This record gives sequence, C-alpha cells and structure tokens, in this order.
Amino acid sequence: MTDKHKTVEESLDQIRTTTFLGLLIPLLPLLGFLVNGFLGKYLPKSVIGWIGSLSVLGSFICTLILFRQAGPTDAIQIDLFSWIALGSIDISFGLTIDALTLIMLMVVTGIGFLIHLYSIGYMHADEGFTRFFVYLNLFIFFMLLLVMGSNLLMMFIGWEGVGLCSYLLIGFWFKNPSYNDAAQKAFVMNRIGDLGFLLGMFFILFHFGTLDFSTIEQMAPSLVADNGLLIAITMLLFIGATGKSAQIPLYTWLPDAMAGPTPVSALIHAATMVTAGIYMIVRTNVLFAMAPFTLAVILWIGVATSVVAAIIGLKQNDIKKVLAYSTVSQLGLMFAALGLGAFSSGIFHLVTHAFFKALLFLGAGSVIHALHGQQDIRWMGGLKKLIPITYITFIIASLAISGFPLLSGFFSKDEILAHAFQQNLPVWIILSLSSLLTAFYMFRLVYLTFFNDFRGTEETRSHIHESPWTMTVPLIILCVLSVLGGLMGLPVVFHANHWLNTWLADVTAPAAAILHQGHHISHTMEVILMSVAGIGAILSILYARHVYLTRRSVPESDEAMSGWGKVIYQKFYVDELYDRWIVAPAFKLAEWLGNVFDKHVVDRVVTLTAGFLDASGRTLRVFQSGNTGSYVFAMVLGIVVLFIIRLLI
Amino acid sequence: MDTLIQAVPLNWYLFLSSFLFCIGVMGVLFRRNAIVILMCIELMLNSVNLLLVAFSSYSGNSDGQIFVFFIMVVAAAEVAVGLALLVSIYRNTGSTDIDFLNKLKW
Amino acid sequence: MLTLLLLFFPLAAALLVLLGGARNASRLALGFAVAELALTAYAVTVFQASGPEAFYIFQPWIESPKVSFHLGLDGLSLVMVMLTNFLMPVIILSAFHRNIHHASGYFSLILLMQFALIGVFIAMDGLLYYIFWELALIPVYFIALRWGGANRVAVTLKFFIYTLAGSLLMLFGFIMLYWYNPAQSFDIRELYRIYITDGNQSWLFWTFFLAFAVKIPIVPFHTWQADTYREAPTQGTMLLSGIMLKMGTYSLIRWLLPILPVGVAKWGPLAITLCVIGIVYASIIAMRQRNLKNLLAYSSLAHVGLISAGIFALNIQGLQGSVVQMVAHGVNVVGLFFCADIIFNRTVTINSDNLGGIRTLAPQFATAFLIIVLGSVALPLTNGFIGEFLLLYGVYEYNTWLSVFAGLTVILGAVYMLRMYKKVMLGHPGARVPEFSDLYWNEKLALGMLVVVIIGMGIYPKPILDLAEPVLQSILNKTII
Repeated sequence: MTDKHKTVEESLDQIRTTTFLGLLIPLLPLLGFLVNGFLGKYLPKSVIGWIGSLSVLGSFICTLILFRQAGPTDAIQIDLFSWIALGSIDISFGLTIDALTLIMLMVVTGIGFLIHLYSIGYMHADEGFTRFFVYLNLFIFFMLLLVMGSNLLMMFIGWEGVGLCSYLLIGFWFKNPSYNDAAQKAFVMNRIGDLGFLLGMFFILFHFGTLDFSTIEQMAPSLVADNGLLIAITMLLFIGATGKSAQIPLYTWLPDAMAGPTPVSALIHAATMVTAGIYMIVRTNVLFAMAPFTLAVILWIGVATSVVAAIIGLKQNDIKKVLAYSTVSQLGLMFAALGLGAFSSGIFHLVTHAFFKALLFLGAGSVIHALHGQQDIRWMGGLKKLIPITYITFIIASLAISGFPLLSGFFSKDEILAHAFQQNLPVWIILSLSSLLTAFYMFRLVYLTFFNDFRGTEETRSHIHESPWTMTVPLIILCVLSVLGGLMGLPVVFHANHWLNTWLADVTAPAAAILHQGHHISHTMEVILMSVAGIGAILSILYARHVYLTRRSVPESDEAMSGWGKVIYQKFYVDELYDRWIVAPAFKLAEWLGNVFDKHVVDRVVTLTAGFLDASGRTLRVFQSGNTGSYVFAMVLGIVVLFIIRLLI
Repeated sequence: MDTLIQAVPLNWYLFLSSFLFCIGVMGVLFRRNAIVILMCIELMLNSVNLLLVAFSSYSGNSDGQIFVFFIMVVAAAEVAVGLALLVSIYRNTGSTDIDFLNKLKW
Repeated sequence: MLTLLLLFFPLAAALLVLLGGARNASRLALGFAVAELALTAYAVTVFQASGPEAFYIFQPWIESPKVSFHLGLDGLSLVMVMLTNFLMPVIILSAFHRNIHHASGYFSLILLMQFALIGVFIAMDGLLYYIFWELALIPVYFIALRWGGANRVAVTLKFFIYTLAGSLLMLFGFIMLYWYNPAQSFDIRELYRIYITDGNQSWLFWTFFLAFAVKIPIVPFHTWQADTYREAPTQGTMLLSGIMLKMGTYSLIRWLLPILPVGVAKWGPLAITLCVIGIVYASIIAMRQRNLKNLLAYSSLAHVGLISAGIFALNIQGLQGSVVQMVAHGVNVVGLFFCADIIFNRTVTINSDNLGGIRTLAPQFATAFLIIVLGSVALPLTNGFIGEFLLLYGVYEYNTWLSVFAGLTVILGAVYMLRMYKKVMLGHPGARVPEFSDLYWNEKLALGMLVVVIIGMGIYPKPILDLAEPVLQSILNKTII
C-alpha cells in the first residue's frame, strides 16, 4: 500500500467520523425525547432528568469535538435523503455544519445542558416533570435542526418545531386558562411571521430554483442589487424574523410567554429560540446585503423595538416581565446591528446575551423558587443575605447586560454602538439611550429584589432558602461565561485580534464584499466611545441606586398608578389595540359570515332553488285533482281544441 | 255494384255517427254513474265502428269491416274488465258515483 | 386479475357481512378490510415491480352506446386506492365499542362504499366511472339516513339531491363528449384524444366542474356539508370527508384537466379564485364554530379549497401537492372526526363551550389528538406540511397575490385549531367534564395507525410523490394548449 492510499483512507475515515458526530448532535436529544416520552412513566424522576440532561450534554461534547477539528472555512455537509423532489425542485433532508452553525450549536447545546441541569432542581416537585423534559429535549432537537439545516426548508422545520415546543412549554401548566391563551398567542403570532418566511421561500425557490444556502450564496451576487425581487424576499424573511424574535409589531407574545416555567423562559425565550431570527438573517446575509432598503427597515425596527421595550421595562413589576422586555430590547439591538450590516457583531451580542440573559432568568427562577412562586418585585427585597449565590450571580449578570466595563455585554454592545456611530449618528444616540435605560431598569430590579428589607410576609421569609446544587452550578458557570464572554470578541484596541470576527469572516464574507464598509473609526475614537458608554452605564446604575436603595422608593400599587407611568405599565396598551382592531373585528366577521352570510345568503340560494321547484309543483298539482270527470273534460277540451286548430289551418 | 250500405249517402253516416259520438261524450262528461259512463264510452266506440264500416264500404276495401270485428271483440273484453272493476269498486265503496273515486292524485 | 380482486373483494365482503349476522358484523368487517389492505400492499409491490400494465383490464360491455369495462391502476389511482383501503380498517375500528343497531347492515354498507370508491378511482371508462360515482352515493345516503342524528331526514335529502343534481350535469357532459367523439366511445383513451371546439369546451367545463365542485365542495356549493357532517354517524362522516371528497378532487385531475384543457384554461382563473376565496371564507367561519363537528367541517372546507386551488394552478407542484394533501387530509380529517366522536361518546356533548380539562383526565388521547391537530395545521414533519407547502408553492407560481391569500390558512388554521384544542382539552379538569376514560384498545390502535402515517409521511413523502409523478406529468402535458 502506498502512502497516498493511506491518506485517502484516513481522510475518508475523518469524513465518516465528522458525519457521525454531526448526526449525533440532533439525534441524541431526539433519543432522549423518545426514551422519556415512551418509557418515562416506568422510570424514576431522577433518571428522567438525567437522561434529558445527558443527551444534551452528549450533543455539546460532539459539538466541542467538531469545533476542535474544524477550521473557520470548513463546512461539513450531511445529506440524509431527498425529502421533497419533484419537477425541478429537489429539497434534501440535509445538515450543514460550518463556523456560524458551530457557534450556535455551542450556545444551544451548552446553555441547553445547563438549563436542563437546572430544571432537575427547579421542577423536582412538579407533577409534569417527565413531560417537561420530554418537551425540553424535543425543543433542543428542533433548535438543532434550525441551526444545522442545510437549506431554508430544513431551517423551517426547526423554525416551526421550536414554535411548537414554545407553545407546549408556555402552556405547560395547562390547567390555567390564561397560560393557555398566552401559549396560543405565541403560536399564532409566530405563525404570522412564518407565513412571511414561507412566502419568502417561495420567491427564492422560484427565482433561484433551490433553497440551499450554499447555492443561494453563490447565485445571489449575479442579481441586480436592491431590485424589487430582493426587497420582497428579504422583507418577507424579515417578517418571519420579527415573529420569532419578537420585534415590532409582533413582539407582544414574548412577555406573555413568561407564563411558562422559568427554565423555559431562560432557554427558549431568552437564549436560543428568539435569536433564531438573527441567525436566519446572518445565514442569508448575502441577500440582505443586496437589499439596502430592507437593511434600513431592519435597522429602524430594531432601534424602535430596543427603545420601546426598554421604556416599558422601566415600569414592570413582575421580575420575569422586566427580563422579558429586556430580552425584546436586546433583540432589537441585535437587529439594529444587522441593519447596520454588522452581522458578526449581531452574533457576538447574541452569544453574550445568551449567557447573561439565561443567567438572569435562572437567577430570577431561583428567586421565585425561594419565594414559592412570588414574582412581584414589590413583595421582595432583602434577599441578598438569604440566597447569596443567586445574588452574586444575578448582580454580575445585571452588570454584564448594563454594559459595565470589561464584562461580556460591554464589548458586544460597544461594538454595535461603534458601528452605529460610524454610520448613523441618530441611531447611535437612540441606542445609547436604550442602553442607559437598560442599566437603570436592571438595577431597579436588583435593588428592589435583593436590597433593603423583605417586604413579603413573615411566613414566606422563614421558608426562603438557597437552591440545590443542580440549580446553583449552572448559575455559577453562566456567571463565569458572562464575565469572560467578551474575550471572544476583544476589539483591536486591546491589541487582540477579534476572534469571533475572524472565525465568522467566511460566513459574512458575501455581505462584506457587497457592503464595502468604510474605513473603521480611529482607535482613539473607539476608546472615547467605550468610555462614554461605560461611564453612562455606571451613572445610570448609580441613579438607580439613589432612587431604589438610598431613597428606598418602591413602585406604587396598580391602583395608585396614573398618567404616563400607567400607560407605560400597561405597555402602551398595544395588546388592547391589537385586540380591539384586529382580533375583535376578525371574530365579529367570523360570527357574521357563519351565522348570517353563510346561512342566509349562500344557503338561501340553494334553498330558493329547491323552493322554486317545490312551489311550481304545488301550483301544477291543482290540475291533478283526482276527479275523473275533470280529466275527461280536459281530454275532450283538448280534442276540440285540436280539431279547431286543424280546421283553421 | 251498389251494396245495401251504399243505399244511404255517406254524409248521413257521418252525421249519425257524429251525433252518436257527441251523445257519448256528453254522457261521459255529465253523468256521474260509472255504469252509464261505461255505456257512453261503448256508444262512442260503436259510432266510430259505424263510420269505419261506412268508409270501408264506400272505398271498396273490406279491411275496415274486418277491423270492426276485432274492435268489437276487444270492446267486449274491455267492457268485461270495466264491469268487473265497477263491481269491485261498488263492493268497496257502496257506490258507483265517480266523484267518490278521486284517489288518483298525489 | 389483481385489479378485479381489489375491486370486487369489498363487494363480496359486504354481502358476507350482511349475511353474517349482527353479532360478528364489526369483527368480520374489520377482518375483510384488513385483508383488503394486505391485498393493496401486495398490489403496491407488484406495481413497483412491473408497473401499471399488470393492472390493466379491458372488456367490451355494452355494444351501443359503446361502453367498456375498462379498469386501470396507474400511480395516481394507486395512491387513492391506498388511501381508501388504509382508512377503511381505521373507520371500521372506530365503530367498535359503539352501540350500533342493525350492525350487519351498517358494516355491509361501509364495505359497499369501499367497493364503489375503489371503482371510481380505477374506472377508465366514462360511463363506468359515472356508475361508480353514483353508486358511492347510495351507501352513504343510507348510512346517514338510518344511523344519523335527530335532524337526519331533511339533511340527507338535501345532501342527496344537491350532489345528485351536480352529478346529472356530469352525465350530460359525458353524453355530449360521446357525441363529439368520432370513435363513439366513453373510453378514457379516446376522450383524451378527441378534439372539441373551444366554444364547446367552454360550456362543457361547467357541467363537469359543477359536479365536482358540489362534491368537493368548493365555496359557494358547500352548504350541504356542515349539516351532513354533523348529522351523519361518525363513520359516515369519515367516509364522506376522508374519502368521498377526494372523488371530486381526483376527478378534477383525472377527467377535467386532460379532457377539456381549453375550458380549464378559460375558466381556471375563476375556479382558482373561488377556491382561494373559499379557503379564507371557511377558515374565518371556522374560528367561531362552537360545535366541534361544524368546526371540523369548515376546516375541511378550507383544506379542500387549497387542494382544488393547487389543481387549478396547473403546475406540477400544485398537482403533486394536491395528491399528497388528499392523502394527508384524508388521514387527518378521519382522525379529527374520530377524536370528536371519542369526546361525544364519553361526554355526550359536542359543543366546545361545555368541554374542557380533558387533557388531565386522558393524557394518551390528548397526545394523539394534539398530533392530529398539528398535522392538520401543517406543522413541518407532519403529512399536512408537505401538501400545504407544495400547494401554496403551486399557487404562488400561478399568482403571487393568490398565494398570499391562500397562505392566510397558515395563520387562521392555527387560530381555529388551537382554539378548539384549548377549549376542549386544556383548562382545569373536572369543572365541565367530570370524568373521561382514556383510550380503549380499538381507539388506541386506530389513532396509533393514523399518527404513524401522519409523522411517517411528513418525514418521508417520497414514495407517494414518486408514484404520482409520471401520471401527473402526462396529465399536465395534456393541459398545455
């Protein structure tokens, strides 16, 4: 045997291994889902929890192995079988693993595992424990399909699949009608976006003849930039993204989605699923880069969402609602980054946000767990000493999201702000404002929850305890990540090369080639911007400290609210507006169509036809009296008439 | 070669049989007793028979006269059936008044 | 030979069940239906091995007018026969544990229905096809009339006359085709070849279209549907919605498109517009239906509207989508009506306002029901998605704006289906429904079969696509003028 043969053999082996590992990543959670789903009732709780968690850990390990082997330009293609093939369409059931996918895989499986672990403790007393892990594993499976899909339709499987799991998990406690409403709202709003996605796919399929990401990427540059077709495609895809990633106008489902168990909020509604829209746009960045109009729309929608959600966040009193609006706001920031053409910055913030927002939610879950379900921050306070690990991790996460210097959020946010400053000054101003608001409401939350005295009942207080290790370990790990997450994107100012930008360079190259970003702002300017942002965040935190720690003010009760405070607390009445102008008229129309139009117009035509025949029958039967005499008379009359006619002619 | 039939002009036959026919029609129309109506029907039939014989003789073709025999046989059979029906009706309803027989409708 | 066996086995079975007595009727019928299913499976393997030629039967039948006993089983027919014969055991299983009077007659009629339906799908002679088409109406009429709900007499009369009126138009259309045909024959091969002037095609289109539109039904010819579905016994409703509607959509593909291409080209835009209006119209009405069976009827109306729209889009995606969706809709709608029947059987109510909290009491049922609901709202990896994706794409290729409107079904479908599921299954247990026993073995088996097909088809639809592809392609070629 020659050496050459050996190397071929080796590389084949290599391909086989990577394919195997790549397949294992989504299959392990699926296996966990199937095992728990079918055999769950025969297994003890602890086993179920660990099956669920370890299956995700397995995926994470596979991801790590692949990550160590792969370079930033490698792309592993796994085509399982031809899924829909007819005419000129051939959509394969295929997976791709490239640089971007690997980043997403690490986030999904890594944070996914931590949250599974956390759930073992958090959900231990729940009667739906098994069901919870079944759904959670199914979610991970679909999320992995979403990020690994090699074409848009595969992504769409995951896209709708995670929507389903989100529906199931928001309505996890399905005995409560309002939770079910929230679940349904989430699903339907997502479906509105999904229709956009679907139509976008049709445009692409029709004009490109394929849905494969790689082919689209190759073909797109040959199109004329910014023509109607590209704008239509990108706008439709963006509508899909607004649904999944809770942007204006489809954001109202996300705060309601907090009805689900807190680990779900952390995993699905903060770290992974809601970022799917950003992932999708980065995945198809070449199309978006060629449609500057859409980019502008994305930019302004992102900016508006970011600031509106931050304002609403100022006045919320439910600990999870505050975090939910904060999520919406941060997602807005990411979209703004995409709108600025800074695709890798969007991903950077996505990753750091996943770290600290998951941590915040898990911390909030730990607080809620300690307080036996209390979520209203007006009834909290003074928890600092009682649950110290939660307190420390929560405050670090809050610092990270507020953009406190040198923590992960600082770098990722700053990168976006730098892009904004360079391209569009008004955007920079609004986004900076939104950052200040973020810092303020986060520390309002921190001070109200952990400082001063406990405002709840004495009885609740006596039960407060730190959570078990399965819950605190994920908190600590995420805390470390929140602090160090910025290292992956240290800016050049710090004499480091921006690792994430380099890693994703190949993915964002098509867009970069089109957008021709102007030269970067000078290092001095960058340092000034960073300082401004850092100082702003600190000042904002200090102001929150002044209001809620020094002056010890507590948000007023619902009845006492008035003026703008109330409007903001009521989320600008957007839900009511939607109800009044969209939902109610639709149901009214349904009622009218069903009970009036269908019965009295459409069916009336049918019954009238039958009625006409019936009436003519009734009229004609008069002649058939049954009286023989009249029959004979008619006969004779007929003969006479015939005779007369005969005679006359 | 005048036959006995031809001793009477054809017009007279026509008038007679028309007259008989009309009597028959009037009887069917205005009488209520089913037996009388049956007799009137026979009258109409026979008026036509008469005419058939007359025409047959005048045209020198005896086919018509042969047909008359057939018609008389059929008529006899028909009368038998008709009377049988009438007897049956009379037994069931106790009357031969045709105004009571108005079940022939939906 | 296999074709004849496939066709006449259910007829013989119907007779045997009728003679077999009421006590064993259901089990006997199930046995025969399973045997027929096995026969179908065998036929599929034969088809894969030797193609459609093996199933071709041609026998002159009537000299004048020239009618032949011409049967054939190509890919399209095979898919429809597979659907019919797969659903039959499920439908019969669903009648187990139910108190049915005169059971032998009931099951015998169901099997007779199977005979007629298979006949419709494999008849290749116009008049023969028409005979089977009308024959299919008779068993279901008696099923609805004798075993139906309180208001059954008036409703079945309306249903019968409405569909019969449409069918008579079709008979007239066939006679005119015969007249225009120089070969003086009803044979499909002749009909595919004959030349008919544009003007004649234009009006002949309506004679066929109306017959099919009533049967499918396409809005505004749908008003018999909801009432009939509600009043008919569950198995009758399943037969009607699961299979009999597909007679209409199948016939659009088999008889209307290839024979009258000019008529289709002329009136197709109007027809597809009607279909799309019907989708939105039915979906909106479904949102506010409280009676479960009414809701399912309107949802079914929306789905078949999309199927017909895909057919009139006249492209391979639309046609393939319609075939896949015919199967998917058949499976899903039978499942949904079965679930409604299970609920009615336990609670004696079908009004969603009086239901709720069943999920806690019957988790297995809740899971099966949810999967079927998801199939019907076309979630990816269920059978509904493949069909809906292809259909919407077919409509998109035809006209972008129509596809936007048709696409509203994606949203509205989720609204009414999930609302229904929420009201019926979720919420606090015990408030409205005090007790609810979980699935019996027959229900478990039937729903299990359906769920497996729903997910299996969603993951691997290729076999069905491959079966139908050549037939649809050749029909599509005939529509190009």
